[in-house]
Amino acid sequence: MKLFWYSSPQTFYPLAGTLAKWTGALAVVLMVVGLTIGFFVAPTDAQQGEAYRIIYIHVPAAWMSMFIYVVMAFWAGAGLAFNTRLSAMMARALAPTGALMTFIALWTGSLWGKPTWGTYWVWDARLTSELILLFLYLGFMALQASIDDPRRADRAGAVLALVGVVNIPIIYYSVQWWNTLHQGATIKRSSSIESTMLTGMLVMVLAFWMYSIAASLVRVRCIIREREAL
Amino acid sequence: MSEFFAMGGYAWYVWGSYGMTFLLLLVEIVLLKKRSRETKT
Repeated sequence: MKLFWYSSPQTFYPLAGTLAKWTGALAVVLMVVGLTIGFFVAPTDAQQGEAYRIIYIHVPAAWMSMFIYVVMAFWAGAGLAFNTRLSAMMARALAPTGALMTFIALWTGSLWGKPTWGTYWVWDARLTSELILLFLYLGFMALQASIDDPRRADRAGAVLALVGVVNIPIIYYSVQWWNTLHQGATIKRSSSIESTMLTGMLVMVLAFWMYSIAASLVRVRCIIREREAL
Repeated sequence: MSEFFAMGGYAWYVWGSYGMTFLLLLVEIVLLKKRSRETKT
């Protein structure tokens, strides 16, 4: 097993390039398939009419916003603990894409909230904790950008990222812990969601996964070039 | 066709969501391309 072989930036660099190409291509294909199902196969929602079709980007973006943060904090923590160069670079590469997903989740949620709840924004637990997630990403990036020495910036950012992990279960469980306007989990065992709607949504989730992987890998390659002078 | 774009009266909400999402994804791709070019030289 050559797992540790790839933990060096120089050896990971070409692998990241290959992976980015494939995941990028997959993202495009999956988005076309997912949106075709979402707009042309899945029926109109009985309660929300066509407005529900925002689900095909809102849910994937919201899931990715939380998941990317956990992965980012994991790499940041690994960099802090083992002082491995590539870990800190991965954390850096994930942050902008995570911030983007968080913004998309907030934006689409806002546009979904207006027709269904009657308001673009409300200070409830789910929305507020997701907004804090956006500030955590932006804070992580701003903190690292403000420290000139890259290795010190990595460590400072890692501490912030790790402390911020506490927000993830808060977002996730917010719909159970507090009374909120936001609905509960979309996918659960007794899900009542129609099967083509579910399929379209899951394909879009995969598409957003692939997009996020591709974007982060392209960015980590830039960072490797910048910092390792390849 | 126009019925499709009207989205049952929810056009602003649906297309506003999709428009912003794909615009931002495009911006990220362009910025990454630019950064790649700059670091390769």
